[in-house]
Amino acid sequence: MSDIQLVEAPPGVEGAGFFATTLDKAIGVARSNSLWPLPFATSCCGIEFMATMASTYDLARFGAERLSFSPRQADLLMVMGTIAKKMGPVLRQVYLQMAEPRWVIAVGACATSGGIFDTYSVLQGIDEVIPVDVYVPGCPPRPEAIIDGFMNIQKLVKTESLRRRSEPKYQELLASYGIQ
Amino acid sequence: MGTITNEDLIKRISTQFPGQVTVLGEPYGLLTMETTREHIIEILDWLKNDAVLQFIFLTDLTAIHYPDQEKAMAVVYHLHSLVNNVRLRLKVFLAIDDVHIPTAIPVWDAANWMEREAYDFFGVLFDGHPDLRRILNVDDMEAFPLRKEHPLEDPNRVDKKDYFFGR
Repeated sequence: MSDIQLVEAPPGVEGAGFFATTLDKAIGVARSNSLWPLPFATSCCGIEFMATMASTYDLARFGAERLSFSPRQADLLMVMGTIAKKMGPVLRQVYLQMAEPRWVIAVGACATSGGIFDTYSVLQGIDEVIPVDVYVPGCPPRPEAIIDGFMNIQKLVKTESLRRRSEPKYQELLASYGIQ
Repeated sequence: MGTITNEDLIKRISTQFPGQVTVLGEPYGLLTMETTREHIIEILDWLKNDAVLQFIFLTDLTAIHYPDQEKAMAVVYHLHSLVNNVRLRLKVFLAIDDVHIPTAIPVWDAANWMEREAYDFFGVLFDGHPDLRRILNVDDMEAFPLRKEHPLEDPNRVDKKDYFFGR
């Protein structure tokens, strides 16, 4: 008996020989179980991410084993580590190169708020330059915490409406970061 | 230990440049001397090219801000004579509203980036430097962050505001 678990089908109407659901839900299920993360690892949180990707924690269980090192093919930007102010424009450029829909997760105290580096040279949280979907606390967070953050991203992806990215609210959010 | 003692070093330098250098002390055995910006390059050049001393290595060139002193900005040169295994520290004190000092690039090319760093963090102006612009901080920074009047904490920080802690 195989113990492979398949993803549950989204809620819908089922009958003999047919299954009907909304396009949003079908796409949401597909996307959330096949996210391509782009690791933007600058320091110790990146080391925890390596553990997250390795066999014990194994992010592949969530369909995210395919890391994309090109932002153009990535769905999820994982920022792990201290972002210096000089790195800010680089991070922003990476975000701009990603195609919609795109999600961002800030892993660890530094990416979230600057962490212990309350100083002139460090960005006080990456949400000063790009919008962030999920924040993972910790210094550094354990792999479990990173996985928890990742599962929250999956939840967002699963429930996101197909029209969300063209909503005025979303456009306003991007405009507040000077992104069009 | 080096083959040249600090006493010997003081004697040689003050014979060559009478009245232009003063001894500040020897903390941890490191001879520290003070001079003026009018003489610093001449002295560095002589220290490097003297047949006996041969201070051929510029270990470091940096600055220090002493806000309580009358001459608040110090430019510090660390020299190392690899041949004699002897080190020497030279300081030049400048007034904070007139932080000009000639560049040491004619003596050591290595001074180029070190002077850019001292400019970047302390705003010391090295006259004659071919490319005096910021080297480590963001290009559009306006302050000189290692001067003591620069606030230690970043003003954009929001999670340490008093109201989060009932203050």
